[in-house]
Amino acid sequence: MDRRIRRLGLALSALMMLLFAQVSYVQVFAASRIADNPANAYRQIVAEYDVFRGPILASDGTTALALSRRTKGTFTYQRRYPNGPLYAGLTGFYSRVFGKTELERSMNAYLNGDAGELAAQTFADLLLGRPKKGGAVVTTIDPIIQAAAERALGSNPGAVVAMQPSTGDIIALVSNPSYDPNALTAGTSDEIKTAWDQLSADPSNPLVARSNDELFPPGSTFKIITAAAALENGYGPDSAWPNPRELDLPLSTGTLQNFGGAWCAGGAKQITLAHAFQISCNVTFGEVGLALGPEKLQSQAEAFGFCRTNPPVQTDCASPTFQGEPWTMPFVTGRFPEAAYFQGNDPLLAISSIGQDNVLANPIQMALVASAIANGGIQMQPRLVSEIRDPNGRVVKTFPPEPYGTPISPQTAARMTAFMTSVTQPGGTAYPYAAIPGVTVAGKTGTAQHGDGADPHAWFVAFAPAGHPQIVVAVIVLDGGSLGSEATGGHVAAPIAKIVIEAALQAGLG
Amino acid sequence: MSSALEIRTPRRRTGLLLLLMGLAIGFGAYANVGLARRGRIPGNLAFYVALIGGGFLIAYVVQRKVAPHADAVFLPVAAVLAVIGFAMIFRLVRPTPDGSLAAEQATWMMIGLAGFIGTLLFVRDDRQLDSFTYTIGLAGLVLLLLPILPGIGQTINGARLWVGIGPISFQPSEFGKILVVVFLASYLESKRELLSTGMGRFGIPRVKDLGPLLLAWGTSLVILFAEKDLGASLLYFGVFVVMLWVATGRPVYLVMGLLLFAAGSGVGYVVLPHVQQRIDYWLHALEAKHVYELGYGQIAQGQFGLASGGLVGTGLGAGSPTLIPYAETDFIFAAIGEELGLLGTCAVLLLYVVILDRGLRLAVERTDGFGKLLAAGLTTSIVLQTFVIVGGVTRLIPLTGITLPFVSYGGSSLVANFVILALLVRVSAGPWQRKLKSADG
Repeated sequence: MDRRIRRLGLALSALMMLLFAQVSYVQVFAASRIADNPANAYRQIVAEYDVFRGPILASDGTTALALSRRTKGTFTYQRRYPNGPLYAGLTGFYSRVFGKTELERSMNAYLNGDAGELAAQTFADLLLGRPKKGGAVVTTIDPIIQAAAERALGSNPGAVVAMQPSTGDIIALVSNPSYDPNALTAGTSDEIKTAWDQLSADPSNPLVARSNDELFPPGSTFKIITAAAALENGYGPDSAWPNPRELDLPLSTGTLQNFGGAWCAGGAKQITLAHAFQISCNVTFGEVGLALGPEKLQSQAEAFGFCRTNPPVQTDCASPTFQGEPWTMPFVTGRFPEAAYFQGNDPLLAISSIGQDNVLANPIQMALVASAIANGGIQMQPRLVSEIRDPNGRVVKTFPPEPYGTPISPQTAARMTAFMTSVTQPGGTAYPYAAIPGVTVAGKTGTAQHGDGADPHAWFVAFAPAGHPQIVVAVIVLDGGSLGSEATGGHVAAPIAKIVIEAALQAGLG
Repeated sequence: MSSALEIRTPRRRTGLLLLLMGLAIGFGAYANVGLARRGRIPGNLAFYVALIGGGFLIAYVVQRKVAPHADAVFLPVAAVLAVIGFAMIFRLVRPTPDGSLAAEQATWMMIGLAGFIGTLLFVRDDRQLDSFTYTIGLAGLVLLLLPILPGIGQTINGARLWVGIGPISFQPSEFGKILVVVFLASYLESKRELLSTGMGRFGIPRVKDLGPLLLAWGTSLVILFAEKDLGASLLYFGVFVVMLWVATGRPVYLVMGLLLFAAGSGVGYVVLPHVQQRIDYWLHALEAKHVYELGYGQIAQGQFGLASGGLVGTGLGAGSPTLIPYAETDFIFAAIGEELGLLGTCAVLLLYVVILDRGLRLAVERTDGFGKLLAAGLTTSIVLQTFVIVGGVTRLIPLTGITLPFVSYGGSSLVANFVILALLVRVSAGPWQRKLKSADG
């Protein structure tokens, strides 16, 4: 009987072994697959909030745009945004009701410690029974310049984007009106839902960033692209263009007029491309666009990052947003219609050449255009995250700058720099609004019409110092800002860019 | 034998140490729950330490007194399991003005310890039990089938295994199970020769020798069909077949047992929608279209709890095991897995492995067939019950509702398990005691 009792022992041990194997399978080997079941939502959220989520830091490595702090509730850690509305467009929010957006979403694996680079740290935490800690995301945002941009924009609806042309680093990104991500993060689920409903219903659209999520007609700032296309296609800066008071648009009864109906260059018979750029002569750029033809203009716009549409059939394009690596700043790309759209419709080509009709852009797109000029023709990817640090402050991952494209030659870049410099000089449309003593600023104004009766959007796109550019700034003030129908890009937007450039140069970027 | 005796003797003090350590672990968990849930150690900790700890110490002292050479490991193992179960029940079910489930469990634990002490005092020599083979067998059968009787039988959660007399309701089958094992040990020991040598043609047992097997099978089927108690039915039949095989050494009983089990479950599957559902719950628990339904959802929540616990668990009081239906009874293992992790579930399983090891070891060490069969049968019943419920909760096998010995909330089960423990202790003490007495005299 003893032999059988021993066998029975083996058999019962085998049953126990099956149980050990099964609990190991359920609790470890298949655990994440089982726990990921949507029916397990409550535990998933509780577990997510058990992680000491890493902070999102400014480029100085200390200023926190987002951080976590311990609470006593069911959810162990609470996300806080110390300067919520100012950085909302960058950080996004981390809400247990509405999920994650922007950096909170794209950098999630680093922030919550799941990324491989942080595995050693999180495994040690697990073994020692400490709460899991995520890494710190160090952004390229300079808090001083960001604050200057916020101050400069004031209460005007619009946006400011500042970049470093040599790296593509986004150093400031401000959008008005904004929202407070704390409202979507803290409080009860009902409070969060109420806050969301209010923000969603707000006609000023605070949840959408004007800097990079929306599109507007770029107006005369688009002449940078039209001029670059002319220079790339053999027209010199001194090429002379007929200078009528109005441009008779072919195949139509309409005309293309200059700003305020004025006659460019005091009514001279001809005008050079350089001069036309300085004073932003619509008639000349209409002529330039017609002379180049739709293919060349469209391909130049595409080289700068504008994607192709074919209105009204196809108002959107194949890749409507720039979604690079997670460390880049995603944005809705500019739009320029493809050649077929202009087939037999020259008037639209002339109007598109001055950034109206179906041409669309936003401040970050225009900042990228200017950064290609500032950087000798090479456009860099818009970098938002420079490195990841583990909870002890060690750098575990860096994201080096990467080129995006080469839309123009170095020669064209140099000529465009001269064009844009003249804009801020006496005689230019931005003079004296963007003039900074001792610093040469290169820029282009824009006053974009949009819809009958609406006040124009005021634009200014600039970089400085022109000789060795350190900062690119793009500003849009919606509906003319405080000046309303009287607004021009030079009058309204250029002073804002000037303040940001001054702050940047003072902060030592120059 | 004498060498075994020498090893055994010094263990007696170890028993006290183990018991104190076990109680410390259990009450540590209890204090931890209070700290995690309410930020302070429960005010009644001292009371429960005194009550339950005192109860176990008295049981220990009685065991030393009336079974001095008993295996000292059984009581500490039961103490860890029972007090951890108590702490988990306290964690899972908040006390209400109507009462506290943890307090009820503590009360049942005291009754269980009284049962343990009473059994040790009443059964001074396990061979006393060998003298009432058929009386015990009949009593066991009656207890198993009692819930069927109209008037006193009650149906709770679809299974008719409760008996209500006045305000008290209990599961007689928990006690019937013990008596049946005692009966089988006694019966099989006396009929061992007959059953193992009597052979019909082709090596198949004669019909009259198959009688006990068929009777046990029939009883299991009655439990399955009339009481709808899948787990108990499986358990009794399993224990019976195992004991029959251990007693006779005839593999043919194992084969026939398996065939009868297959036939019984096959018919059960076809006839009882209850059984079909269980299989379906088991197979499709985590599928999107079922996971929110009751039945499937219970298994799924158990899985989620275990999976979210991972290696080290969320920590006591820090998980969400209250999302698991019946977490304090059938699914207490999943709640332990969520908050104490794989380390916790493996520790609990290892405690049952200790019972398995000690129980079968003493079955081998005993020289008499009755003692061997009794130890093997009782051990098998605890291990099989553990396998059935833990296997069901972890989705290794279809779920059949049954308690996790010593841990789950449930009075009858807790008391019955302490009686089983007392019998194992008694079986472990039995022969040595007599030998020492004869040596003295």
